[in-house]
Amino acid sequence: MAGVTQVQTTLNGEVINFLCEPRQSLLECLRDVLGMTGTKEGCNDGNCGACTVIMDGRIVDSCLVLGVEAEGKDITTIEGMATPEGLHPLQQSFLENAALQCGICTPGFLLASKGLLDQEPDADEGRIRHWLAGNLCRCTGYDKIVRAVLQVSKAK
Amino acid sequence: MTSNQVLSEVEYNVVGTRPVRPDGVDKVTGRARYGDDTNLTGTLQAKVLRSPHPHARVKSIDTSKAEAFPGVRAVITAKDLPFASLSKEELGGDYTALKFATDHMMASDKVLFKGHPIAAIAAVNGHVAQSAMDLIEVEYEVLESVVDVREAMKPGAALLHEDLRTNDMGETADTPSNISTHMSYATGDLEKGFAEADLVMEKEYTTATVHQGYIEPHNTTAFWNSDGQLNLWTSTQGSFQVRATVSNILRLPVSQIKVTPMEIGGGFGGKITAYLDAICAVLSKKTGSPVKAIMTRTEVFEASGPAPASWMRVKIGVKNNGKITAVETEMAMDAGAYPGSPVMQAIVCAFACYDVENGKVDGYDVVVNKPKSAAYRAPGAPQAAFAVESLIDEICGELKIDPIDFRLLNAAKEGTRRIEGLVAKRIGLVECLEAARDHDHYKSKLENGTGRGVACGYWPNRGFQSSVVMTVNYDGVVSLIMGSVDIGGTRASIAQQTAETLGIAYEDVKPTVVDTDSIGYTFITGGSRTAFATGIAAISAAEDVKEQMISRAAKIWDTSEDDIEFVAGMISHKSDEELRLSFKDLARQTATTGGSITGRSSVDPSGEGNGHAVHIADVSVDQETGKTDVTRFTAIQDAGKAVHPSYVEGQMQGGAVQGIGWALNEEYFFDDTGKMLNSSFLDYRMPTSLDLPMIDTVIVEVANPGHPYGVRGVGEAAICPPMAAVANAVTSATGNRMRSLPITPGKILEAGWDSVKS
Repeated sequence: MAGVTQVQTTLNGEVINFLCEPRQSLLECLRDVLGMTGTKEGCNDGNCGACTVIMDGRIVDSCLVLGVEAEGKDITTIEGMATPEGLHPLQQSFLENAALQCGICTPGFLLASKGLLDQEPDADEGRIRHWLAGNLCRCTGYDKIVRAVLQVSKAK
Repeated sequence: MTSNQVLSEVEYNVVGTRPVRPDGVDKVTGRARYGDDTNLTGTLQAKVLRSPHPHARVKSIDTSKAEAFPGVRAVITAKDLPFASLSKEELGGDYTALKFATDHMMASDKVLFKGHPIAAIAAVNGHVAQSAMDLIEVEYEVLESVVDVREAMKPGAALLHEDLRTNDMGETADTPSNISTHMSYATGDLEKGFAEADLVMEKEYTTATVHQGYIEPHNTTAFWNSDGQLNLWTSTQGSFQVRATVSNILRLPVSQIKVTPMEIGGGFGGKITAYLDAICAVLSKKTGSPVKAIMTRTEVFEASGPAPASWMRVKIGVKNNGKITAVETEMAMDAGAYPGSPVMQAIVCAFACYDVENGKVDGYDVVVNKPKSAAYRAPGAPQAAFAVESLIDEICGELKIDPIDFRLLNAAKEGTRRIEGLVAKRIGLVECLEAARDHDHYKSKLENGTGRGVACGYWPNRGFQSSVVMTVNYDGVVSLIMGSVDIGGTRASIAQQTAETLGIAYEDVKPTVVDTDSIGYTFITGGSRTAFATGIAAISAAEDVKEQMISRAAKIWDTSEDDIEFVAGMISHKSDEELRLSFKDLARQTATTGGSITGRSSVDPSGEGNGHAVHIADVSVDQETGKTDVTRFTAIQDAGKAVHPSYVEGQMQGGAVQGIGWALNEEYFFDDTGKMLNSSFLDYRMPTSLDLPMIDTVIVEVANPGHPYGVRGVGEAAICPPMAAVANAVTSATGNRMRSLPITPGKILEAGWDSVKS
């Protein structure tokens, strides 16, 4: 059995501490150690994007990040997207545009889209399609997802 | 920006609108609870040891070292299943079917595909279970395997099951074979039909093994309580289907099993089969703890799904004016390790779009050393449509007839008798073809280097059993309880049909999907049946509510029920205008007039609407690399009545894109022995947002006479036309006919070289 390490990180705006084994991924730490199951596992090898979170302003597949690498980082997960005042505009747009069917890929798409619009608030369709190519959705054919992001983008 | 059109014939108040789904907020905030989000105190993690060989005899299994590994709580093999300890008489029923079902879940004497479960471990966490797997010692005698469907059909091919004999139209053969079933239908006079033709064309087609590709891996949590009650929390398209499978394999009465369907992260037919449930149940019984398992992506590819590879020969005879005189096909599909490919649906759907006087269809269900195939969206029909629609395009080219005109000339319509004998009721194929012909996409000019293809597709859609219960709260809000798992918005579409029937607002219906103890039997969410059949159950339960509301009003007004009518959410006396109550006002008075009102309904409707779709695809093909890009795509489909048009469009777009993947990229690569070589999303390449244009839609509404609002299922017809539409577009762009899926860059380049040589 591997020993455990204490990790301090900023998660959705709050400084927290957790214990993890060196072999545990950030995805595993979020879901199994911290009980935050909003981040989803689709492949566990960095190819589907379902576990996308934002780390220090960059989108990452949390299955490819070790829990110990979260030390000193600033991480946003799906649980941190809405505020007490209401849903994030992207969340609202996904609902209104029927941009989800089964919903398993949705947290990852929302974080990836947020990561894009935070940096490029006027991303156009081509840019959105390029950026979201790391996130797989098998239900929608992407049409309504791209439209939902486009509606929030200033480029619409 | 491109458009989505709805060609409506009838408008309703709630049916046909686009409200936000009731489970939407939970799904965009990460609060929705999927199977893997189940966390019971003291849950152990399970891992399944799987065969590295596609075909081998299991000589021995030694689990003792794994059992002794720190943190391991239990190890099971097929010996721990009732099948191993009970006699043939005690097991009862169809012994062979039960052996296949049990062996598929965990191999006993033989492994039949790479990834076949051989043992399972429950441990304190997944890492420990994974480490202990290396300590299980299995001795195999590797056998020759057979991978290709046509090779498997040949006499002398390696046999998967020594006791499988071909069922040939009801007759059982004397010698064992990999051909499980041969089925055949015919109508008219085939010889005469082909003799009358001015042109007869006959070609062969193949399609590769593909996966449903849902993003959420299979998962289950089981807890076998000390009172004997087995609880399962799982990701499934059918909670009652899981209950039946587990009951069958574990020889438990169904009432001893409670299945709670968690939110499901995609299925497309692949989450009808219960892979992990019985394994976790037995591990839970052995350990006394809850046991959870989640497949890795490699396990999902190697041991769940896929859709079968196929070989198809199609022959069509036509007059010079394009009228079909005769059709014939032979289709063989690989079922994987155990019988049960969807070849029956393939041969039934093959020519269902056409009015055919003389025809014969033959299907072969064949076992090979691949994972047992599972349903995948319109199972069997997409492969058949690829073959038939490709040959029709070829004929249109030969006769210089517009492909939509050809199809309009031959289209099935109300009264058309199909080859297997079914006579079509009111169907909307002609309307779909006309909408395609009139669409600006079809009229638009093609740029140089691009090509256009059209194709149509058919899926019968299903009915079957559904149950619904609804209670009227004192504030007039209706709680809607159903057993149909919501895989893509059916909470919304069933709530809409409820609200429409009761004449109340969509927001005043609160739908909940419940476990198998809390509702009557409900068949799977699949077969394009839920909006139709569970919709009918909801409408019927709402009618039950309306009758009870009328009876309450009669009590309040001290009059006969016959004097009262329920129209558009108002309960009124037919002759006394003073006596009127809204649904909400009357709901408030239920407590004082006999208590709460509960409507209920269990239905088993026939009348399922036949689904038709027509797709137009434009592609550009890079002459140097052979890469195909879909540049424009329009999906047209008869929805009968679109309950929630956005979700209907979503089904059409999703089906089209899965079909585009099937056409261009997706395939299992096997080595000669049947080992899958590309079991990750990196190497099994599904379409990404970057690979696609917007998918334009036209919803055609030709009311289904079998549903009160005219609803037809929409989930499946959408995946039937795209492969042929894309293949026909590639021909239009390159001049070369592609008869083997997927149409990879390599195949396109090779076809180009071949045409230069000849």
